[in-house]
Amino acid sequence: MAQPRSGRLLFWCGRLVVVAVLGFMILPAVVVGIAAFNAKALLSFPPQQLSLRWFVNVFTYEDFQVGFRNGLLVTVAASSIALVTGAAFAFVLDRYTFNAKRVVEGLLLAPLVVPHFTVGLGFLILAAQIDMSRGYGVVILAHVVLVLPFVLRSVQISLSNLNPKLELAAASLGARPGRVLLTVTAPLLLPGLFSGWLFAAILSFNEFTASLFVTSQQTQTLPVAMYNYVREYADPTMAALSVLYIVATATLLAVANRYLGLGKVLNVEHTR
Amino acid sequence: MKTQRRPFFGLFATPGVLVALLFAGAMVMVLQFSVRLQIPGSLDVGGFTFRNFTAMLHPLYARVFLDTLWLCVLTAVFSLVLGYPLAYALVRSRRVAVKSAILIITVTPLFLGEVVRTYSWVVVLGNNGFINSLLLDFQVIAQPLRILFTLTGVTIVLVHVTLPVVTIMLAAAIAHIDTAYEKAAESLGARPVRVFFTVTLPLSGPGIVAGLATAFAWTFSAFATPQLIGGGKVNMISNLVYQLGFGNFNFPFAASLSVAGLALTFASIAVLRLALRPLEKVGP
Repeated sequence: MAQPRSGRLLFWCGRLVVVAVLGFMILPAVVVGIAAFNAKALLSFPPQQLSLRWFVNVFTYEDFQVGFRNGLLVTVAASSIALVTGAAFAFVLDRYTFNAKRVVEGLLLAPLVVPHFTVGLGFLILAAQIDMSRGYGVVILAHVVLVLPFVLRSVQISLSNLNPKLELAAASLGARPGRVLLTVTAPLLLPGLFSGWLFAAILSFNEFTASLFVTSQQTQTLPVAMYNYVREYADPTMAALSVLYIVATATLLAVANRYLGLGKVLNVEHTR
Repeated sequence: MKTQRRPFFGLFATPGVLVALLFAGAMVMVLQFSVRLQIPGSLDVGGFTFRNFTAMLHPLYARVFLDTLWLCVLTAVFSLVLGYPLAYALVRSRRVAVKSAILIITVTPLFLGEVVRTYSWVVVLGNNGFINSLLLDFQVIAQPLRILFTLTGVTIVLVHVTLPVVTIMLAAAIAHIDTAYEKAAESLGARPVRVFFTVTLPLSGPGIVAGLATAFAWTFSAFATPQLIGGGKVNMISNLVYQLGFGNFNFPFAASLSVAGLALTFASIAVLRLALRPLEKVGP
């Protein structure tokens, strides 16, 4: 049966719009990809000569090396703390009622709506007030606060999909609460725990605005180092680094999509 | 044997409560700095004052507030208009490959961070950038277009930064629409255009409101984009806060601007929700 003409028209217009929007989304990535291989220091399109010198520059520029190491340290620490704290608290929220439950949950989720520059300013002042030196501690704690909501939400979704009968079965067979948690609950929550941790880690590694406020020259993370580079130099080194970033992130997400189903994690899969 | 009524409660709740207290502490610091006097040349603060808030009424600052609000509104609207078709295609496409491609293209920028994304746009929009080179080569223009350091340029990049999250929120809303309603409308003879505008679009109302509110809040918290694309010509409150803190070491004023900004965002989102209330009450 032929579709009515209006339907076909809508269908093709829709397709055209979708392709155009996708083009807008990937345009900067493509352009940066071209710029990264340009031999000359001045940006020009199309490049006259190709070269890998900017990629070499990325790996030999000292601030990027230091930033990468600092970023890795902060990311590993912050995402691990956020994972343990967030998962444990999601469990408590799911199972128990207690005083100020909504208040604590609200405070933990608030960094989703409070601008990062405000959070950064707050931690900067807090660290100065309690005479904490501007070391890694304040950077890690600020990152924990910022990425925790993602772990919390991710584990909450997993917990609400959990079949309580499985835990009851284990308990009725005589398993102590600790054993139920370790052998039944935790394994069932693994996908939620992993995706929560992955999101937290990626977001922490890329966090910029709050980091700009709380890092010092010694503790600056990679995004802060990149920002400083862009302000000082105009050569395509940043383009080369951006390409590495884009490729690494897209690969990571494609793998996550293959094994975890990003659609399910992001809750955009058809449910009915 | 003593059975625990609430196994792990204390152990599991404590770290979360500590993190919540830490965040609350940081916010209280911002609040209390916002009503303190600045001591020039010192990071310590003086006594209680409301002067920081009255100083904001100066036209210079009022202008930044208005620009910020306007950019938030523009970004939210454009993100909605561009994000809806994308979200619709993401949810309703039948081909798994198409779905995955849209998902990866949409979600990747979300994780790249503001610096990489903004820098990429500098390369696209700059005077020697991609668009200007292209237009000059094809002799469409004689002089490079000035897009960097303009409101248009900042809006384009802000939309690019906000579009992914809006798309994801809209997609979640569209995914939860029961297709039976659409089929019912179709079987009663409604054309696809009519089905879309009278059934699908209204049913995704809650997603539209949530998407707009999120876009608004995200845009408000953008810093690297207005800083690098605006280049001092277009400023948002975030840039002003940084400038006052690290340029003038006036942390009390920076704090009061943050507080006023936060109040403004929450008020705007509340107004938005109120105005769009009819959209939120849909479905069975």
